[in-house]
Amino acid sequence: MGFLDVLFGRTKPVQPKLDDLFALPSAAIQLQAATGFTPTGSGSVCFRAVEGRTFADIQKEVRELLDLDNSRPGGGGGLPVEVTKDSYGFTWLISNHMSDETDTLVTDLHAVNSALVDNGFGPQLLCTMVAFADENHRRMALVYLYKRGTFYPFAPISEPRQQRDNALELQVKGVLSEDLKIEPDLTKWMALWGAPGL
Amino acid sequence: MSTRTRYAPDRGLTARMTATMFLLGLVFVAFVAALIGILIATKQSAGLIVFVAVVFGGGAAWISLFYSDKIALSAAGAQLVTPQQEPDLHGIVDRLCALADMDKPRVAVAPTRMPNAFATGRNSKNSVLCVTQGMLQLGLTKDELEGVLAHELSHVAHKDVQVMTVAGLLGIVAGLLVRFAFYSELFGGGRRGGNNSQAAMLIPLIMLVSIVVYAVSFVLIRMLSRYRELAADRSGALLTGQPSALSSALQKVSGSMSRIPNEDLRKAAPMSAFYFAPAMKLTGSGGDKLANLFSTHPSLEKRMEQLAKIQAQLNDTAPGAKGLR
Repeated sequence: MGFLDVLFGRTKPVQPKLDDLFALPSAAIQLQAATGFTPTGSGSVCFRAVEGRTFADIQKEVRELLDLDNSRPGGGGGLPVEVTKDSYGFTWLISNHMSDETDTLVTDLHAVNSALVDNGFGPQLLCTMVAFADENHRRMALVYLYKRGTFYPFAPISEPRQQRDNALELQVKGVLSEDLKIEPDLTKWMALWGAPGL
Repeated sequence: MSTRTRYAPDRGLTARMTATMFLLGLVFVAFVAALIGILIATKQSAGLIVFVAVVFGGGAAWISLFYSDKIALSAAGAQLVTPQQEPDLHGIVDRLCALADMDKPRVAVAPTRMPNAFATGRNSKNSVLCVTQGMLQLGLTKDELEGVLAHELSHVAHKDVQVMTVAGLLGIVAGLLVRFAFYSELFGGGRRGGNNSQAAMLIPLIMLVSIVVYAVSFVLIRMLSRYRELAADRSGALLTGQPSALSSALQKVSGSMSRIPNEDLRKAAPMSAFYFAPAMKLTGSGGDKLANLFSTHPSLEKRMEQLAKIQAQLNDTAPGAKGLR
């Protein structure tokens, strides 16, 4: 925010940073090698839907586009895209693939991003989440913050008590700090309780 | 990369705000010029009084700015809450801050039955967002509560506490001068019997100028405050993308204001400028025009009218032409 923005009481909507998301597939391999966590094949884009018809139409188009891609032979896991709304009113578009198709998953997620950005709704993007699990059924997600262009790990232990496995999260941070831009400000490691697909 | 945006700034609002701030600055310059003029004309060095008023006023403004979060919290009797105590509140604030890419303020709850919310603090790191118990119990939907919080976060982002403190400085100094001049007239009048008649004129003259400046700056500051509220509504609605939710929250909060007991209203009066909805309503036979002139918040109709405009703007199917910055 510049001086003039403060003076005039206006905020420039923050445009999302999209490109860093593509670092994810190679980081997933690194993560598997170092910690045994593998992608579950599920990934999601979380955004704040804008009220009204225009946004709803765009959302529908994106969904149809992804479904079309996935049902084509060799075009993906073949599972349709799920759309859910969480208790905070944010919309999650969940794309499911095979666990070794992180590349396709990221391409899908990127399609959602660019559709929203192209239609001028880029500031509504909150985060993207890619789910991981290990042999002990521990769950973990890598979350990409669009506005900062950084990743952070989110490892819930107990949903109702809202506890996170901070040790695991910090371990992941150490493992991936070479491959991904990890969010340095720990206060921005937002908890995503009840996130679908995790 | 050229991106289309649906978030065009409101030039009319910017222009009105600029004009108000320009007038405030003009009053300030005129005030200083008048004081110097009076002192030179009377060949007096009552500069001490002016100096003391500026130092006191500036000091008071600085202290109130520096401790604004603590002062506001203790005035409202608010307690900071952890994510475990208020998971929903924190969840909403977390997401809004991630959307807006801003630092998360501390979150507090005040045990007041009046439904309201305020944000304060001298910078984004030290800001506090406070919601009253009444707001949480009002039965707002999560979307509506989100709208309220987005409005308050916009106040933080716009640095409204700092802006209003600087704007209010003039009023404080003028107010102090009136008071000093009044007391020195009362208690010091006898001692300066030997002075010439010009000196005797000095104190009442300063007093008169100060009263005029105080009155004019009061109206201008209230005007500025109303524009800042509109700006916060606007940014808040654009952040969530739900202008209607904010609109209905405003309606619910304003509707329940009238049921509030009087004691709470009087206690709330000094804090009114930073509240979500005005804590004190000016009513009287003077008509709405006068009440609007002195109120810290724009009328409900004006706020809802603006939100309806934003709604249309967000739904524009071809935003490129109009919304391009």
